[in-house]
Amino acid sequence: MSPDDAPVTLAEAPARAMTMIEAISDALDTMLERDSDVVLLGQDIGYFGGVFRCTAGLQAKHGKTRVFDTPISECGIIGAAVGMCAYGLRPVPEIQFADYIYPGLDQLISEAARLRYRSAAEFIAPMTVRTPFGGGIFGGQTHSQSPEALFTHVAGLKTVVPSTPHDAKGLLIAAIEDNDPVIFFEPKRIYNGPFDGYYDRPTRPWKDHPDALVPEGYYSIPLGKARVVREGGALTILAYGTMVHVAEAVCREKGVDAEIIDLRTLVPLDIDAVENSVRKTGKCMVVHEATRTSGFGAELAALVQERCFYHLEAPIERVTGFDTPYPHSLEWAYFPGPIRVGEGIDKLLEA
Amino acid sequence: MPKQEGQADANRPRLSLHVPEPRFRPGDTVDFSYLTIPETGAQPRPDYTSAASETWPLCTDMIRVLGDDDLAHGPWDPRLSPDKLRELLRQMALVRAFDARMYRAQRQGKTSFYLKCTGEEATSVCATQALDFEDMIFPSYRQQGCLIARDYPVLEMVNQIYSNRADKLKGRQLPILYSAKSVNFFTISGNLATQLPQASGFAMASAIRGDSKIAAAWVGEGSSAEGDFHSALIFAAVYNAPAIFNVVNNQWAISSFSGFAGAERTSFAARAIGYGIAGLRVDGNDALAVYAAERWAADRARSNHGPTLIEFFTYRGEGHSTSDDPAVYRSAQEREEWPLGDPITRLKAHLIAIGEWSEEQHEAMDRALDEEVKEAQREAEKNGILGHGLHHPFHTMFEDVFEELPWNLEEQGRQAIRERQIKWPE
Repeated sequence: MSPDDAPVTLAEAPARAMTMIEAISDALDTMLERDSDVVLLGQDIGYFGGVFRCTAGLQAKHGKTRVFDTPISECGIIGAAVGMCAYGLRPVPEIQFADYIYPGLDQLISEAARLRYRSAAEFIAPMTVRTPFGGGIFGGQTHSQSPEALFTHVAGLKTVVPSTPHDAKGLLIAAIEDNDPVIFFEPKRIYNGPFDGYYDRPTRPWKDHPDALVPEGYYSIPLGKARVVREGGALTILAYGTMVHVAEAVCREKGVDAEIIDLRTLVPLDIDAVENSVRKTGKCMVVHEATRTSGFGAELAALVQERCFYHLEAPIERVTGFDTPYPHSLEWAYFPGPIRVGEGIDKLLEA
Repeated sequence: MPKQEGQADANRPRLSLHVPEPRFRPGDTVDFSYLTIPETGAQPRPDYTSAASETWPLCTDMIRVLGDDDLAHGPWDPRLSPDKLRELLRQMALVRAFDARMYRAQRQGKTSFYLKCTGEEATSVCATQALDFEDMIFPSYRQQGCLIARDYPVLEMVNQIYSNRADKLKGRQLPILYSAKSVNFFTISGNLATQLPQASGFAMASAIRGDSKIAAAWVGEGSSAEGDFHSALIFAAVYNAPAIFNVVNNQWAISSFSGFAGAERTSFAARAIGYGIAGLRVDGNDALAVYAAERWAADRARSNHGPTLIEFFTYRGEGHSTSDDPAVYRSAQEREEWPLGDPITRLKAHLIAIGEWSEEQHEAMDRALDEEVKEAQREAEKNGILGHGLHHPFHTMFEDVFEELPWNLEEQGRQAIRERQIKWPE
């Protein structure tokens, strides 16, 4: 192999700083270009480019039959996407807010998730449902929810949550290429900057963040592989989405040598990364913004307990949103911010 | 004086809730004279490229071809060759013979469940015959006739019903919830009406690709009440999708009569008017009318003139399924008195009337079809019957959840195999 043919590693590829919105748009553009089976559909995603601008310019570039608006019918959007899969397309429906996905649940849970199984792989549903989720934008109880646990509970669905522009592009491309249905939750509070939970401080843009550097062109990050955000020995923090940045900031502020694992994919879960880290540190905190009871943190805590019990030096700590709807004016009281995360860390370190 | 709870103000009318009630219950004398059955051949046939609004009178009328004189009448006569007519007749009779044998097999304990389509054979067989083979069928659960009309092997159907070793669906699905991609027949869900927006999506995909395939979906009148029905029709209307939505109005959804799906107000075909798409109401027991209407809608869809909603007006001759006893909620006389007769009897009489068939030929055909089903059944039983549910290796239970087996399913698979070894050490 001559030096010219040597593969360029992802780190060496030409890259530029992007917001998560730009990275998602870049992933969609890349896949529309690469694969003529890819079509985008959703409310306001066409000419207008989406309420969060994730599809800006894509209809103009790829045409009206590849990127188009839909009726306000989540059942119809997901149902039509299932039918497109039956034809052989690879649809990427957008649900404008995760809070609006419920009218489409039957089509996701009973149809997309089970097509492969019930037809013994005669029919499959290689679709990626993109949907913004999470709070912190004063969205009230209908624009702030984190319903990931409803989907991780369903056999046959994959669930992905990126936390950086770099990961968002690579994971979205992997999701679109995946031959199973994927729910791709986009943490909307970090669309434009790595929000760390200190809501009373000035917001930071993505451009100075190292993980905002997004390689040009095609690359993918495999589903089911977690990312070690920072190595450490004092405790393991399992997080995803916005909470990765909150955990990181709190550890920085407190000077705690935590190992932070960004799960990136909830199903399939990178169980090896979880086990290896907890065995090393002996302490584990699970963090999510979603409500507590039956949240994905309960699953994580159970897995860690089952598989790492004899390595644990303290009870697993769970830091989550409260079991209430997301309140509009009290959203920072709901949000598992630096105080709640910090208390969890203290409890583990004192144990 | 303080108002009592539940009492309206004295000067306002008291509200009352209307809960629909069918006309006849067990033991009642049945009189269907309230139904308007229009004359055969009297319905206009607009060109399939016409504006949708031209079809709207047909949404409350009823397209009929085969008359009481057993002859075909009017512009909807599809003018099929005698060979084609005999093929339709044979396939409908095969469906009936198949139903009879499989119903009995369930009663004999060879499977858990079966579901007949007696009286509705034309709505699946003749409609499918009007489509191209490449057109994708999105069935509900009473469309065994679609498979028969596409010559899907009866043996495969029995294997599926028995969930046996040869069942292509690996024993995962309730009997009759077939999947048959080889004949462009989509996997049946069991959840109702979900196939409708999927049909819209398939049709949209075909149009995105500039293909010529269309989608045809079936749904019962009862489940047309689902939100999916609306989602499907609004998508099909918005994108002018090449799709046909067949509502099989067989009057009964288990024990709920069609009034619980809105039939007291208007026809099911009339919903097309609200979406601005073509609608046709058809005598579903008239093989020729069914064929002609479906072909009209297929031609319309294929020529980019958009979707059609068809209501096949028919009658569910038997119970909902082997788990249902209709004698406890409807009058047994209904079937005998049904004014549109039986689809097989009517087509047979037509073929005899035009000198292309005879009673003797029909009896011979029925015997041969029964033998054909019996033979398939015998073959299928070599692959096992439902019985103990262990025809498929346990690892197949964990396959096809995802394309690749994740770690948790691998672990659970090992557990299942261990349990099996404990239960059956040999």
